[in-house]
Amino acid sequence: MSGEREGMIEIPDAVHSPEVSASPSPDDLSPLAIDTKLVERWLVEFLRSEIGRRRFEKVVVGLSGGVDSSLTATLCRRALGADAVKGFLLPYRTSSRESRDHALLLADGQGIETREIDITDAVDGYAERFEPGMSDHRRGNVAARERMIVLFDQAAKLDALPVGTGNKSERLLGYFTWHADDTPPINPLGDLFKVQVWELARAIGVPEKIVEKPASADLIHGQTDEEDLGVNYAEADLILHHLLSGYPADQLAELGFDPAKIDVVRKRLEGTHWKRHLPTVPMLSSTAIGEWYLRPVDY
Amino acid sequence: MKLNLAICQFRPVKADVEASLAEAARVFERVEAMTPRPDMLVFPETALTGYFLEGGVREHAMTAERLLERLNELYLPGASRPADTPLEVVIGFFELYRDRVYNSALCARLGENPAILHVHRKVFLPTYGVFQEERFVDPGHTIRAFDTGWGRAAMLICEDAFHSLSSTLAALDGAQLILVPSASPARGFEPGPGVPGNVVRWDRVLRTIAEEHGVFVAAVQILGFEGGKGFPGGSVVFGPGGEAIARAPLWEEALLGMRLDLREISAARVGQPLLADLERALPGLLLHPPRGAEGGRPSGHEPESGEGGESS
Repeated sequence: MSGEREGMIEIPDAVHSPEVSASPSPDDLSPLAIDTKLVERWLVEFLRSEIGRRRFEKVVVGLSGGVDSSLTATLCRRALGADAVKGFLLPYRTSSRESRDHALLLADGQGIETREIDITDAVDGYAERFEPGMSDHRRGNVAARERMIVLFDQAAKLDALPVGTGNKSERLLGYFTWHADDTPPINPLGDLFKVQVWELARAIGVPEKIVEKPASADLIHGQTDEEDLGVNYAEADLILHHLLSGYPADQLAELGFDPAKIDVVRKRLEGTHWKRHLPTVPMLSSTAIGEWYLRPVDY
Repeated sequence: MKLNLAICQFRPVKADVEASLAEAARVFERVEAMTPRPDMLVFPETALTGYFLEGGVREHAMTAERLLERLNELYLPGASRPADTPLEVVIGFFELYRDRVYNSALCARLGENPAILHVHRKVFLPTYGVFQEERFVDPGHTIRAFDTGWGRAAMLICEDAFHSLSSTLAALDGAQLILVPSASPARGFEPGPGVPGNVVRWDRVLRTIAEEHGVFVAAVQILGFEGGKGFPGGSVVFGPGGEAIARAPLWEEALLGMRLDLREISAARVGQPLLADLERALPGLLLHPPRGAEGGRPSGHEPESGEGGESS
């Protein structure tokens, strides 16, 4: 930029507008590309700001051994220092050994202290005694909620803030347990698609074996997210991006996206709006909370 | 004529006017210690509360007169300049005016003879995506330049500047410096520019204003996170040739001083007299105003071809 003074940050002249892009193409993943350095800086600033504003100095993170919690813990360590982050391994009896190994690998690499609390007795104390024959799906939800019971209690004990690990893909597809994974009051990955989580995790040094393994809720041996969903994350994320940017499903199909996969994604998206909201309250007054009485979270 | 300008990229204390004013008072102290002493100090939009207040705006709105009084109370004890060289301050705030609430910017003279020089009420209230301004504040209806101790200025608030008509009105009204207190939350983290996409877009918009009209432009941003929406900064001053004169760093609070030679305006306009051309053409253009997207008919509907006459 000629004629400008020395020492100033540089803003490129290139025309750049996030609101404008070329027509969507199933082969063009560029709309999902991120500047990993910039995003890392942004999320670290966010964590420092939000945790400080809420008057906490420490955080607790549930470590599953997966990429989301590994990235979250790494960001927390960068924002606050290793001493301020405590990782909790919360296995159920069906959890894989590999998950535990990966959680410890991440924690050791980041210098994060961990504690392991097995939730099997708590889950089975209810499931086996009162609901024998409970489906895996229901048991998975009970386990997810039990993990949050433990995480919030440990947070209270340690005077720490629980940090969530859910990504944007899971949130949009409704692929999470309501009032479990989505419960922590701050969630640094909540506006990153899964492929962006992978990209950022690689860039900031989450061990490759954690990043490259298939995403799994680790409820049933060998189960993967992508088999469950019926579409892989790269395809789902791109379709979600374009649907949310205003492209109707029929136009995406005309542009070459697989109609069956669009359908899978759209049905999950449109069938789970309720999961992205607080409970529905019948409005009786013109002071109804969140309808008429509107105050931001940091007010 | 030369103007010593200071811009303050500022982190408000959320929903706390008095605490934000206390921070502003610390900026006053630093300004009084600057050499040369600034003639004008510019704070960002909603500098006393933060931007996202939703229904809380009324609880923190104040009159321009009361704000002037508070600013001067905070400024006077540390003021160290001669009485004939007062400090002019521009600051964004939620304003209570004739029983309505506006997103406004005050330009005031502080010192022994305090005075309101101008209040601009934001005309274009973003109400899309993450923005909900029109739900909570009323729009202003005018854009005017005004006289200051050093020359003529105009204020636009944030989205006001995105409409080229706004800066055109300000320049036609004689503004030499267009001040743009702003609060622009970051979005757009694609690879390439190394800064959020909104910062790049702001830069392009402001540079275009400066170049088209041959004016100085100073945009000043708030800083910090508000409920997950983050303001990265990116305050910048452009000269009348479109050159960047000063930039605040991203992510950090900053107080930048600079000396603007207002004679550069005439130099730029001699080289490229676009404003004079516009003045000459404008009356004719206004005789044939555009019909608008709906064909200029208040209640009618025409076929999209526009040639089919009235629908029945």
